[in-house]
Amino acid sequence: MSIQTLMYIGGRLIKGAIVLLVIAVFNFFLIRAAPGDPAKVMAGEAGATDELFLQQLREQFGLDQPLYYQLWVYISNLVQFDMGITYRQQMPVFDLIMDRMPATLLLTGAAFLMSLLIGVLAGVVAAQKHKQWADSFITVAALIFYATPLFWLAMMAALFFSVYLNWLPSFGMETVGANLTGFDRFVDIMTHLILPATTLGLFFTAVYARMTRTSMIETTRMDFVKTAIAKGMTPNRVTYRHVLRNALLPVVTLAGLQAGQLIGGAVLTETVFAWPGIGRLMFEALFQRDYNLLLGVFFISSAMVVLFNLITDVIYCVVDPRIELSK
Amino acid sequence: MNVIRALTQNKVAMFGFAVLLLLSLIAIFGPMLYDGSPWKMVQRPFIPPFANDRFLLGTDTLGRDVLAGLIYGARISLLVGLVSTVIALLIGIPLGAYAGYFGGWVDEILMRFTEVFQTVPSFALAIVLVAIFEPSVYSITGAIAIVSWPPVARLVRGEFLALRNQEYVLAAKLNGQSHRNIILKEILPNSLSPIIVLASLMVATAILLESSLSFLGLGDPEIMSWGYMIGAAKTVIRQAWWLSFIPGVAIAVTVLALNLLGEGLNEALNPKLSGKREH
Amino acid sequence: MKPLLKVENLSIRLPKGADREFAITNVNYELMPGEILCVVGESGSGKSMTANAIMGLLPKAIQVETGAITFDGYNLASLEEHRARKIRGNRISMIFQEPMTALNPLMRVADQIGEVFLIHTELSKKQRHERTLSLLKDVGLPDPEKMMSAYPHQLSGGQRQRVMIAMALALEPSILIADEPTTALDVTTQAQILKLIKELQEKHNTAVMFITHDFGVVAEIADRVVVMEKGQMVELGEREAVLNNPQHSYTKKLISAVPPLVAPERPLLAESAPVLTVNQLCKTYSTGGGWFSKPRIVKAADDVSFELHRGETLGLVGESGSGKSTVSRCVVRLLESDSGEILLGDDPIQALDAKALAPFRKRIQMVFQDPFASLNPRKTIGQIIADGPIAQGMPVAQAMQKAAELLALVELPATALDRYPHEFSGGQRQRVGIARALAHDPEILVADEAISALDVSVQAQILDLIEQLKQRLNLAVLFVVHDLRVAAQVCDRVIVMQKGRIVEAGVTKQVFEQPRHDYTKSLIASIPGADWRSGKTTGHAKTLEKAYA
Repeated sequence: MSIQTLMYIGGRLIKGAIVLLVIAVFNFFLIRAAPGDPAKVMAGEAGATDELFLQQLREQFGLDQPLYYQLWVYISNLVQFDMGITYRQQMPVFDLIMDRMPATLLLTGAAFLMSLLIGVLAGVVAAQKHKQWADSFITVAALIFYATPLFWLAMMAALFFSVYLNWLPSFGMETVGANLTGFDRFVDIMTHLILPATTLGLFFTAVYARMTRTSMIETTRMDFVKTAIAKGMTPNRVTYRHVLRNALLPVVTLAGLQAGQLIGGAVLTETVFAWPGIGRLMFEALFQRDYNLLLGVFFISSAMVVLFNLITDVIYCVVDPRIELSK
Repeated sequence: MNVIRALTQNKVAMFGFAVLLLLSLIAIFGPMLYDGSPWKMVQRPFIPPFANDRFLLGTDTLGRDVLAGLIYGARISLLVGLVSTVIALLIGIPLGAYAGYFGGWVDEILMRFTEVFQTVPSFALAIVLVAIFEPSVYSITGAIAIVSWPPVARLVRGEFLALRNQEYVLAAKLNGQSHRNIILKEILPNSLSPIIVLASLMVATAILLESSLSFLGLGDPEIMSWGYMIGAAKTVIRQAWWLSFIPGVAIAVTVLALNLLGEGLNEALNPKLSGKREH
Repeated sequence: MKPLLKVENLSIRLPKGADREFAITNVNYELMPGEILCVVGESGSGKSMTANAIMGLLPKAIQVETGAITFDGYNLASLEEHRARKIRGNRISMIFQEPMTALNPLMRVADQIGEVFLIHTELSKKQRHERTLSLLKDVGLPDPEKMMSAYPHQLSGGQRQRVMIAMALALEPSILIADEPTTALDVTTQAQILKLIKELQEKHNTAVMFITHDFGVVAEIADRVVVMEKGQMVELGEREAVLNNPQHSYTKKLISAVPPLVAPERPLLAESAPVLTVNQLCKTYSTGGGWFSKPRIVKAADDVSFELHRGETLGLVGESGSGKSTVSRCVVRLLESDSGEILLGDDPIQALDAKALAPFRKRIQMVFQDPFASLNPRKTIGQIIADGPIAQGMPVAQAMQKAAELLALVELPATALDRYPHEFSGGQRQRVGIARALAHDPEILVADEAISALDVSVQAQILDLIEQLKQRLNLAVLFVVHDLRVAAQVCDRVIVMQKGRIVEAGVTKQVFEQPRHDYTKSLIASIPGADWRSGKTTGHAKTLEKAYA
């Protein structure tokens, strides 16, 4: 890796850190903007009646100190991954989130890969068969999935494949009480993963398919494609050697931008399928009015997006030689 | 005008437009014409659709009229969708216009600001905002507007960046026109078409967001909405699947209609980008 | 001799809704081995259509209606795709107008050239590499080893066009089709590319079909010429015959619209105080530059000084990147200069703020390059012209009255007032642009490449109009222009710029006949067909060879 690339990544990291700092400040003021005593707001529904716990919170976050001091305490705690403690679980917020993180990473990762693969493939096929039935079919399917509410699709999938056909489990990440190990456990998790990952991924599959199709059609009109045809290439070779790579560049950008949406979607899918990830945790925090936990999840998921954007930036500059790595 | 002619010749877009027109009529006049509150228990619970002449779509877990719920839900969906989009446009257009027109440090600061909002997972932000400011039509609409403006700002900035060095804009500068005049009369009218297209798609996204929030229990407790209906029927999906099925179809049809119209607008307003002029 | 390629009664139909039924009708010509055939025409003449049909590049909606293109016993107009592919890039190859977009931005140069061998030959990887390298040497690219692994964006326009030529000539085709290959290039680069094509053509005895709009280029390299007008072939003949003794009225019109390269004797202007004085103007751009990288600094104007008098046309000439446009934009205060003085009469305007500048705006106005981008598509012609006076405080009715008078002045009908720009042709729009500039009754008119986007025949009319207006209104004109033929005809004095600096300035006739600076000399020598219509005898390649010896 060249020094330029490293510097570029360094610059991106600094930028990401600034974004996270802004979000942290935003979080801080959000708690203060909520109606009522900030300690009570942070404590959540269950903790708000425990005077001892409230006192503990006030001390930890310096809630009886001036605002700038509170902000300082909040940020410096955050830098040390200290986001306070949840009353109900009696656990540090950060640990609780990290506990749930693998499940979310598995779900969103699977959904992302699936949607990118199928979406790009469908988009390429649609562009190639432009104005034929395959194109119409893919376009219509993409339109429909693009318009369907994610949570509803999840429920209908659960109803059909789980309740009606009884093919796949629709609850949790593992069979309760089965105590499986090794490969059996892997298979068990995978079967639990299919429905949530597919329903979460379908929306994005639709997004990537539409994007790839448009991008392919636009790239086909470019001058260098004429050059390629004039060389005497077969249409397939023109498509795969010249059009595809150029057409995928905007899709990579889009994929990076969609990371945040993927996490938002995970809140809904995890709620429907009782998938034990941070999305489900967010829903629980909502339910218990545990705002400290809620904002913790919000912050960590933003951090995930920042990281993901960084990865796409690096991929982009590997794929596109024109990126001068300056900005 | 050419645009309107192109649009009316696009059957798919016109279908979307017709559906939306029908939905708007239902949303505006439905509650006046259809006799029945969506909250009142009117019959025994779990009447399936088409089983009872009085309650065409049956009743829900508490014996409430499903059709009444759908009609009132149309109102809130369209209202929140439209109003939040208008607010998002009111934030995004000026920001993008200033950033793109003036460039330099103004642009740098405004775009960093926009970038933060774009990085944050928007649905999670909407949840946090609605939860902390207590669920109500206002907080929901506001939250959706706050998460929806960044794409507007970016789009408008891009348009302004591209257009500010167009020769007719330079000519206006040489005429001694004020910045205000140049922004409002020279550049903005020429960047409207992509904004209109984006706005139609934003209404669709806003409707999806609103239903998702209501589904999670973050809806306005005073107002019946489609997302709430699905959320409330979640636990009884095995007994009464239609209770969650019907409102979901309503959402999907509305959003689909908006997308179809948006795509039609795109083809009519930007013919060279839409793949129509394929050679 | 047997013709290599024969185009017989070729007609190509346009899709419904186009401005005419056929792109080309009944075109007949032959391409002989080893000759350069120039196909000439203005935009929309259908000059590229035949070439696209030969290469299978016609859009799907456009089809060959009748006729044949015979090459080596095959009819290319109806040949099965898999057979045609064996000919394309192998026995007939093509280069295009836009070197910036004709290469795949994501592929290294060597891979793009090597692909030709990969498709048409059985060469091994090593052989492909060697052949590619020697091709890059043949087309005169510097440091060919390094070029192999370069990406297109790292090359200049001229270098990219050389890569395209290397690619096209890789398999020593019998025919090379060149579709306006030098139009997007600067004049000195153009001269080099023309020379290269000619050299390689002679070396390999390739037949070249050269499509161009520029009669200078025709004079430079053609053996025979085909002239196209609105899809019809109007003239076909030897170069000398067509250029010096055109038969068809359209050819005559086109040729007479090409400005001869002799600067006419112009009366000296009476001494007067300058209306515009520029002193030591400097402007630098910095591009790029991020958190860790240094910005790239370009001096677009470096110590530029000149004066402009009433009744005078001053030409600012140079290639792209010379800074001539930057200077003109600084002068009208569309760009802020870094240092130096700009005086309108005796008043310095370089430091005035927007408000203080407003009254001076009237005195110096600009006519822009692109007739399509310079008029707001959402305003009527009347609004476009009247906007300026209204902004300066004139009542609306009076401003509209004035707009109507100005339309008459630029020879447009009064009915144009209420119509929108898209209803007008390029030349008509440019007239509107001139009317808009004149609406302020300026003393100085800055014409920024005001004719370079127009067809030759229209160019002449607009130049004529500007000249007339200058005399009638006693204007001073600052003419930014890259076309030296135009400069020679219309300018009283010229300033030659290179990389932001003035390298030579003087009376036009003198600069053209006795250039002092080497750069000016090479610029003038690079003008295609320099000897044609210059009063001298032909022998077109000689001057060039001297300049590049």
